Amino acid sequence: MKTTEVVLQASALGKSFSRKGKAPVIALDALSLRVKAGAVTGLVGPDGAGKTTLLRLAAGLLLPDAGSISVLGLDSASQAIEIQSRIGYMPQQFGLYQDLSVQENLELYADLQAVPLSLRPSRFAELLQMTGLGDFQKRRAGALSGGMKQKLGLACSLIKKPRMLLLDEPTVGVDPVSRRDLWQIVYKMVADEGIGVLMATSYLDEADRCAEVVVLYEGRKLAEGTPAEFRDKLKGRVFTLTPPAGGPPPRLLQTHLAGQPGIIDVMIRSGRVRCVVEAELAARLKSGHSELFPAAAYDKIELSEPSFEDAFMALVPKADLRPKNAASLSPEPDPVPGAVSRRDEIMVSAHNLTKNFGAFTAVREISFEVGKGEIFGLLGPNGAGKSTTFRMLCGLLKVSGGEVQVAGRDLRRAGSRARAQLGYMAQVFSLYRQLPVRSNLEFYGRAYGLSGARLRQRINWALDEFHLRGREESPAGLLPAGYRQRLAMATALLHEPAILFLDEPTSGADPLARREFWLRISGFAAQGVTVVVTTHFMEEAEYCDRLLIMSRGTELVQGAPAAIRRLAQSPENPEPTVEDAFIVLAEGRLPAAAPTGAQGVES
Amino acid sequence: MLVLRRIMALIVKEFITIMRDPKSRFVVIGPPLIQFFVFGYAATFDVTRVRYAVLDEARTSESRQLLAAVDGSQHFRRVRNLTAERQIDEVINLQEARMVIHLGPDFSRRLLSGEQAPLQVIVDGRNSNVAAVALGYVSAIVQQYNAQRQTGFILKNSSVMGPRLVGRAWFNANLLSRWYIVAALGGTISMVVVMILTSLSVAREREFGTFDQLLVAPFTSGEILLAKAIPGITFGLLDSLFLAAAGVWWFAVPFRGTIAALIVTLFIFMLSIVGLGLFVSALSTTMQQALLGSFAFIMPAVILSGFTTPIENMPGWLQIATYANPMRYVVRVLRQIFLEGADLSLVGPQLWPLCIIAALILPPAAWLFRHRSQ
Amino acid sequence: MTALRASLMRIRGLLRKEMLQVRRDPSSILLALVMPLLLLFLFGYGVSLNPNHVPVAVVASDTGAAARELAARFALSPYFVPLSVKTLNQAEELLKEKKVDAIIHIHENFSADLLTRGGAPVQVIINGVDANRARLLQGYTQGVVQTWVAQEQRRGVLPAGSAAVVVLPRIWFNEANESRNFLVPGLMVLIMTLIGTLLTALVIAREWERGTMEAILVTPVRVFELILGKTLPYFFLGLSGLGLTVAGGVLLFAVPLRGSLLLFMLLASIFLLASLGFGLAISAAVRVQFVAAQIAVIAGFLPAFFLSGLLFDLESTPLPIQLVSHIIPARYFVEICHTLFLAGNIGPVLWSATWPLVVMAIVFFTVVRRKLSGKRLE
Repeated sequence: MKTTEVVLQASALGKSFSRKGKAPVIALDALSLRVKAGAVTGLVGPDGAGKTTLLRLAAGLLLPDAGSISVLGLDSASQAIEIQSRIGYMPQQFGLYQDLSVQENLELYADLQAVPLSLRPSRFAELLQMTGLGDFQKRRAGALSGGMKQKLGLACSLIKKPRMLLLDEPTVGVDPVSRRDLWQIVYKMVADEGIGVLMATSYLDEADRCAEVVVLYEGRKLAEGTPAEFRDKLKGRVFTLTPPAGGPPPRLLQTHLAGQPGIIDVMIRSGRVRCVVEAELAARLKSGHSELFPAAAYDKIELSEPSFEDAFMALVPKADLRPKNAASLSPEPDPVPGAVSRRDEIMVSAHNLTKNFGAFTAVREISFEVGKGEIFGLLGPNGAGKSTTFRMLCGLLKVSGGEVQVAGRDLRRAGSRARAQLGYMAQVFSLYRQLPVRSNLEFYGRAYGLSGARLRQRINWALDEFHLRGREESPAGLLPAGYRQRLAMATALLHEPAILFLDEPTSGADPLARREFWLRISGFAAQGVTVVVTTHFMEEAEYCDRLLIMSRGTELVQGAPAAIRRLAQSPENPEPTVEDAFIVLAEGRLPAAAPTGAQGVES
Repeated sequence: MLVLRRIMALIVKEFITIMRDPKSRFVVIGPPLIQFFVFGYAATFDVTRVRYAVLDEARTSESRQLLAAVDGSQHFRRVRNLTAERQIDEVINLQEARMVIHLGPDFSRRLLSGEQAPLQVIVDGRNSNVAAVALGYVSAIVQQYNAQRQTGFILKNSSVMGPRLVGRAWFNANLLSRWYIVAALGGTISMVVVMILTSLSVAREREFGTFDQLLVAPFTSGEILLAKAIPGITFGLLDSLFLAAAGVWWFAVPFRGTIAALIVTLFIFMLSIVGLGLFVSALSTTMQQALLGSFAFIMPAVILSGFTTPIENMPGWLQIATYANPMRYVVRVLRQIFLEGADLSLVGPQLWPLCIIAALILPPAAWLFRHRSQ
Repeated sequence: MTALRASLMRIRGLLRKEMLQVRRDPSSILLALVMPLLLLFLFGYGVSLNPNHVPVAVVASDTGAAARELAARFALSPYFVPLSVKTLNQAEELLKEKKVDAIIHIHENFSADLLTRGGAPVQVIINGVDANRARLLQGYTQGVVQTWVAQEQRRGVLPAGSAAVVVLPRIWFNEANESRNFLVPGLMVLIMTLIGTLLTALVIAREWERGTMEAILVTPVRVFELILGKTLPYFFLGLSGLGLTVAGGVLLFAVPLRGSLLLFMLLASIFLLASLGFGLAISAAVRVQFVAAQIAVIAGFLPAFFLSGLLFDLESTPLPIQLVSHIIPARYFVEICHTLFLAGNIGPVLWSATWPLVVMAIVFFTVVRRKLSGKRLE
């Protein structure tokens, strides 16, 4: 490996975008960095940090306002064409032609990169083999699953053995198996060809696998170094708390700890609560004195190895975006945590649910029941049939077979009264973009029958709870992604629904936004709101009471997270994650004693 | 009460979305105005100041007298005097003139000796309408010239006058084709606006995902239909009434009917167009489909409406087909109201087909809201 | 590999992609091949400026032989379908109800007055709402009466009048003055505008919207290759749509094609390039399909209909409108179509209509090149 060769160099790079009638947005501000050949450099940061702008500048798609950026020794402003014939670039939404087949897409990019005809058969074969798309050569790109699309996009950008690879969040919305495949392809390119890779990502576990990581925040470089250097800074500040068996679920502990002074980050990992704390609190914890961690609430408090994610959370400045404490969630008196969850009262049930699109079966005989106050997760890769199942539950799609009941009724046939009981948050942001925040809230409030003082009260609640004050008049479409999501959730909750349907609410959200989101959901479930949620982030499974993991329209497993994790337990991997379990299940290594059926395994 | 509040919220939202989105606002206000004025001037079958050339081989007082009559008419403008017959080809072919008047050398001799004197008129037939109208004007001028000569002849020879045509045109005495076009222009332009607006309304919500949100909310299909229809009807009505006023004040088209008849007609027409627009919209999943769909309706609807060319000139079977075209009725009724002075009792019988179209198209549109997605 | 071979390879890739897309997207095919046929059909049958079989009410208050004969004349004319009505009041009712388009009123004393110095008036009342039609009907009525007078004079029933000037009309290029011969050639303009401007404006905006443009721009493709890759497929699509219309017009509706077909195709290609250039310029400037479609319709399609001379005569419009029409490519192509179809290869006319198209094509493509230069996303 020629680690000394620099393939990308930015010096004092600046870029801003002008907006009509407003101050320009500064996307990058005096940024300097170097990317070395023969390694993967990770580019991480929350939404709007400037990751995409940096990659576009490198590819010569934008002109810098200040400073310069050179790739492979070529200036991106004046020698864009030369750069473009030497690099591979994969934009966030790769420009696959949906109506062209896999083979045709490959040929197009081979033509555009002027790959000699004689080299093509072997190169195509190699790429198809690498990406596992060999069997799908004739399939149209639009009919591929999300993971396959990304792999095809990567193959297209690798078609001419580039000397440098620029990847913009290549694994967003991709299931764990495909994600692993993508990484393998990239590593193989690095190892075999010694190319340099600059990869923007919002999956922090991926940053751990990079040789070097650059953290961007609001257009500036916050830190850079190897993942180990990042981790080392947090040594001694990460603790894992094991809740007592039979006690409250870890979710409640997490809600309790989040936002307390001294706590930087709390999350659930493999059924335990993982905490990143300030140095001062860490010292007190080690000496066994902290009012935040009463010994009775936990079986064990252990020091853990920090991950890059912990380091990132400690690094990135956070505004006070935590939800207010549970009492503010609703004007009603705060219920006792855990007490409202009456699993015996079935709110949502599906029985042998099936959906056919022509000859294609998107969902095959899915059955489950969700009790009041439960968080029920539908997990699975893109194209597994989660959204189809979900849309059938909401009455948006006709059921081909089986039965669906929400609050005792079939929503497709029930009148508007039944629909008034549920809150719905769609996968893509689906409020009126041109309407201001307040108008959106008012419209949905009135749509659900709120009016007068009650409507005002609920809107004020939503503005406070979701930190939307000061943005009431800005059009929803112009909100930053995180705020849009908050607004979407606020509208879904405005009328205090009994059942909440959330379709991929965290897809494309940055790590900060995802944490905040789940804290809120836990709070609502604690008050007795039934939540049905779909996600492709396997680690989010931990926040659910029970899960159903789907693949290709059928159920792989159903049960509590702990029970599902246990499926992947082996001597090599004593503490598997849900993601490990999914890979085991998806690869067909199904253990004999799989918990299935609507009852599943209670934690 | 609850239902009313819900519908009101939806209607208010529809209005705000149209008025806040600069693109929608533009579609509603900008193009209709520009189109109305440009087409009000451009869309005319009147023929004025036709360029013509003269080949006068007679060069007598009679020939000059006749040509003076042609020159004196506002319809013609002499651009060239030719000297030889072969020049006619050149002048017409090169479009230097659109008409050539040719008087033979024996023109006056024949006229004075009581024979018929031929006046050759060569017209460029590339635009068939200009050719026909120009010929008509020449004939009228020549007839008048003949009549003058006849009067003198009758006095001298105590002969008789024979039949003479006394023409009168009702409703449009000066035969201004602008009246004909402009009377129906406002309705046509508003139709295009409303069609595009409503056909995009549901398709846009589908493309942005907000339609699912509506379907999950406690709205019935009927409520959504009502809320989607009202802004379309309102904007269509406002647009077409404004353009009607502009037609009267700017283009000086007479308004002889009653305003009540105008409002009722436009309202029922907009109802049927909104129905068609929503049907197209409910059928399409993307805005492109909706646009192409509304185009596929607008083009035949305008061409087969009698707006630019009379339905009576079409072959019989096609005339029957036009009964299914809502545009046909409104174009006819608008002209009746503006030019013929029709009131509500006169236009009433023309409006029921529009009501039938609206009644046939609105329910399936509402049904499709919920059932389009399999 | 030489730079030229690489360039050709990139162009080939773009062309193949575009053609596959066209083949798989029903809406492009619809616009390029079905729409021309629909328009041809509508124009061929639906749009006609020639009135015939016009219902007229004939009120013959005089029962004399002369009056009867004149009334009978209207039945012989191919333009009229006369309806005998007893009283003028009845006839006026029919006119109001639009059952008839005109009233021919022959007065009680017609036969007697015919032989007096004052003459016998024949009253013609026409519904003037459609002014153009009314004018043509007036002419037809006049023709019917004049023919009758000439015949009666020959038969000696009426005394010969003074020598009169008779108009011998000759309509060049369109002897029967069939409006279809005028409208169908003009239709080519609409079809080429639809394909050239509307379709191209949509397809490039779509690439921006779907994110495929970013992936294309980041390859070493040159701007002119990109433009070529977008122009050629729609150029040929436009030409085939045109071929379809020409064939349909000539074979189905018997429209004459007096000029050279080859020359027509050549000039049509130049117009198509200008039209494509306009479509490309729109979509290079706005990257949203909705807006691109709106602009294409308002600035491309509608002027091609109203301001091109396709249906309405430009010379009769006010001067400002005439001036505006000079920047509309469709205007020049209408001129070319009318001349080549009906008149023939008339060099000077064709040339004066062609060079503005060449200039416009160059201007539009320069704008496109400028807009895409550097292949930046901004």
